[in-house]
Amino acid sequence: MAVTLKRSVLCLKHAQQIQQLPWTVPSLVTPRAFSILNRPPPNYDGHVPLTTIEKAALAAGSAVMSLLNPRRADLIAALGEATATPYFIYRLRDAMLSDPTGRRILRDRPRITSTTMSLERLRALPANTVGHEYAAWLDREGVSPDSRNTVKYIDEEECAYVMQRYRECHDFYHALTGLPVMVEGEIALKAFEFANTLLPMTGLSMFAVTRLKADERGRFWSTYLPWALENGLRAKEVINVYWEEELERDVGDLRSELGIEKPVDLRATRKMLRARRKAERAVASKLVLD
Amino acid sequence: MASKTVWRTLQPRIPTPIRSQNAYRCFSCAVRHAQKEEQPSERTTSFGFETVAESIKQSKVSSVFTSVAPSYDTMNDLMSLTIHRHWKRQFVQLLDPGTPRGARPQTILDIAGGTGDIAFRLLDHATDLHADHASRVLVADINPAMLAAGRARAARSRYRDSGRLSFLEANAEDLRAAGVADASVDLYTTAFGPRNFTSLAAALREAYRVLKPGGVFAMLEFAKVGNPAFNRLYKMWSFGVIPLMGQVVAGDRESYAYLVESVERWKSQEEVAELVREAGFLVPGEKGWVDFTGGVVAVHRGVKP
Repeated sequence: MAVTLKRSVLCLKHAQQIQQLPWTVPSLVTPRAFSILNRPPPNYDGHVPLTTIEKAALAAGSAVMSLLNPRRADLIAALGEATATPYFIYRLRDAMLSDPTGRRILRDRPRITSTTMSLERLRALPANTVGHEYAAWLDREGVSPDSRNTVKYIDEEECAYVMQRYRECHDFYHALTGLPVMVEGEIALKAFEFANTLLPMTGLSMFAVTRLKADERGRFWSTYLPWALENGLRAKEVINVYWEEELERDVGDLRSELGIEKPVDLRATRKMLRARRKAERAVASKLVLD
Repeated sequence: MASKTVWRTLQPRIPTPIRSQNAYRCFSCAVRHAQKEEQPSERTTSFGFETVAESIKQSKVSSVFTSVAPSYDTMNDLMSLTIHRHWKRQFVQLLDPGTPRGARPQTILDIAGGTGDIAFRLLDHATDLHADHASRVLVADINPAMLAAGRARAARSRYRDSGRLSFLEANAEDLRAAGVADASVDLYTTAFGPRNFTSLAAALREAYRVLKPGGVFAMLEFAKVGNPAFNRLYKMWSFGVIPLMGQVVAGDRESYAYLVESVERWKSQEEVAELVREAGFLVPGEKGWVDFTGGVVAVHRGVKP
């Protein structure tokens, strides 16, 4: 009798200890009931686990501050991460998993930095290749592939990579569509990305149209938004493009494969309109003087 | 009846627990924590929740304050809901700097006083309450960016051409190297500097050296809150709201996470009072310190005999 009792007690202790072992719970299914003072260990280097309230506050704060100062790329990044869960980043990750190239990207986990993307080599490629267009765009706009923040606030490690990949490929989307880095071009590209990736931050960026001038806004509503929605919805998921393998491919070829039409060249349009306005003003002032 | 050995094999095997991970509060210190374990030989100190070699704490603190300097004052207001102004005002009132006309003017050394918050208050108190236009303040800080912010403020203030406010780049633990002589200072103040020092004891020894006999040492620093309920709220504010504000307002979550972690790891009032006594100061009052806001900050004073 005493023996059986002892064994039951030992079995109970065994069961209790298994419950206490934190590493038996895989990090992917960490329960969300943690508090500010009791955060779980990070799932990847740089991970900052946030509670739901903190995420909501971060989303609200970064949305307001980035609207007031759109140059704060770190806030736009934080907004993207804070609003990506519960559903949207998982949908994007599943979109990658449903596609063979997407699956390869998730397996290989390539990163786009100035070291992995040699700009000299890209510049040397023939014009009209994806790589050449990308390097030319980087040079024209004066940006570098290193300026992207690392993902901090997404809990699942694979989804954090998906977000990081989306962020790093943003410049490629610029090169693909030819949209420039000015606010007008960025908003048009964000509209395209919203229709294609469905990330909430891209949709929330539409509020930035309030910062545009009247004629820019007019162009956005009449030309770029319809273009963005039509092409974004029709095109294949751009997140599934293995850019590292497409560098030597013809841009037009890639565009037609993805189902994307290049929009009206924004820089050329603005330049032409500026020149026209200048000419008109010159004529008007001449008339006044006469 | 089975033999003992057979009997033992039939007992349920209880798995011996592997040493479990520490509950991390530091956000990204998992990898760094593991790396730090490989340096047991060097003397270590705390940098927030990290343990770092003493030699590198200074440079790490420096990089935190260089990045924090431009938005320091705005962030102070936000983080403390402007209560820090009350603390600094109370601190200066406790010290009552300034001498009436006729008496020898005071030389005040403000350590880690980069942006000049305490220095300006000390001068204003002396000038406005004691009609003392001669006492001067020397602001010392180890970080050039903080000093630059302080100099800019001084250039806009009423003391700009008075010669009463000067700035010096110095390490609190070695003021001799910066040229501060023995027994040359009447009042040594520091506010929110000590927790960033690599060694408070070394800074206290230097304070003892530079003060004149009868000179006063005073420090305003974060401390331990007594009341458990208030402490919980305070911790949630520190670890939840402040890093978030750091991200949204200043674009730098890590530096503000360091700040709150360094407060959490800092010594208690009793420990600091003991160190002040050990440095040779006479500590006034029964407790040896004064708490503000329930212990969120505390003022430690000492007199050099």
